Amino acid sequence: MWRDTVLVAGKDLRIELRSRVVMQQVVPVAVLVLVLFAFALGPDRAPMAQAAPGLFWVAVLFASVLAVQRSFALEAADGARDGLRLSGLDPAGVFLGKTAAVALQLAILEVVLTAGVVVLYGSHVRSYGSIVVAGLAGTAGLAAAGTLYGALAAGLRVRETLLPFLFLPVAAPVLLAGTRAWQVALGTAGRAGDVDNAGDPWLRLLLVFAAVYLALGVVIFGPLQEAS
Amino acid sequence: MPTAVLLRSAVCVTGRFPALAGVDLAVAQGEVVVLEGPNGAGKTSVLRVCAGLLPLADGEGTVLGCDLRRDAPALRKRVGMLGHAAALYDDLTVFENVRFAVRAAGASLSGVDSVLERLELGGRVRRTPVGRLSAGQRRRVALAVLMTRRPELWLLDEPHAGLDARARAVLGEIVAEAVTGGATVLLASHEPQESWPLADRVVSLVGGRVVGERPVHGAGSPSEAPELRSVPGGAHVA
Repeated sequence: MWRDTVLVAGKDLRIELRSRVVMQQVVPVAVLVLVLFAFALGPDRAPMAQAAPGLFWVAVLFASVLAVQRSFALEAADGARDGLRLSGLDPAGVFLGKTAAVALQLAILEVVLTAGVVVLYGSHVRSYGSIVVAGLAGTAGLAAAGTLYGALAAGLRVRETLLPFLFLPVAAPVLLAGTRAWQVALGTAGRAGDVDNAGDPWLRLLLVFAAVYLALGVVIFGPLQEAS
Repeated sequence: MPTAVLLRSAVCVTGRFPALAGVDLAVAQGEVVVLEGPNGAGKTSVLRVCAGLLPLADGEGTVLGCDLRRDAPALRKRVGMLGHAAALYDDLTVFENVRFAVRAAGASLSGVDSVLERLELGGRVRRTPVGRLSAGQRRRVALAVLMTRRPELWLLDEPHAGLDARARAVLGEIVAEAVTGGATVLLASHEPQESWPLADRVVSLVGGRVVGERPVHGAGSPSEAPELRSVPGGAHVA
């Protein structure tokens, strides 16, 4: 399974390096979201800093839809999906490989967006550890859930429009927990001692979400491929 | 000789359309069988069923000892299919596409270079992204993937389409070598001049059913082949 994971992730990342669809189209769109919201919120830094965590995760969420769509578009072209099914690869390995490739692309996007939040919104990072853990766990969860729902929608003609409908509601816990964890890490969560001022529960939620969807994907990705 | 493919009253449906309406087909191991018939006769569907890509709605099927209803995922590792689509990644080079398929199958990379050279995919072409190749070259890359995977059952759907005369000749050699190596070949074709000389038997399909067959082994050309023999229950004999 791990050999297949590396093989599929390497293939998807190599294709992305060549085509640069995610880096040249998805990243600019996500950055544009931050810029436009900065205009909409006005010149006052206080509301911008307050809104920064939520806007960051909204941008990541929408970018993850695009990244997952791209990941499955690769397999839809030229009958590659049949080739993948005939390849002899372990479906769990295919799931983990595609998840890893999406996650790495999202991680790079998040680095760019974090810089954007600091520059555009004037945010100050108080806990780099929480930022990193929330980013990694949230990214893993979004990539795993996205890949799972991407496989579900892959065989359908309306996959491009169906995927956001299926995936975005499911990813709401990541949006909520990621935003709260970032609010704590950026010091915009409220007064010291507030329940909301504790980041750990939200980080735990992100970790549980990622673990559940990774485990679920390993188990049901194969049957999903067969059914779709 | 053991049976490589056995379909009994195989029915399969694509959408609402019955692609196969009760196909009975037996192919012995090491045999080369050509499927002929008009467009929509069910030739591609038979190949996809045998690859475990299209599920049976009714009837029974066993391919390489695997039950098509239960063991399709296990079967796919042992089957190679050259379909209408090349199943390649446009942004990967010729070599990267072949290497991915070989590694996925757990096969050795040692024979890849000779296969690419034989199909005239060496040199600069080897490093060219597949998206920049002609249709015929893409077909050759798909054939290279098939050769390097060394499947037990070769399923070839219009394999001569898009190939030049030299590549067609090489394809004939490759099919003969695969059979010599113990593989079974099921080939759908509209080109009897090209496909029949490779075959032991030609099976005719019409409307999702087998309607007749004729042995063609040893016949130099379609004109030398015996008449079509009707199959009991067949709807039509050409």
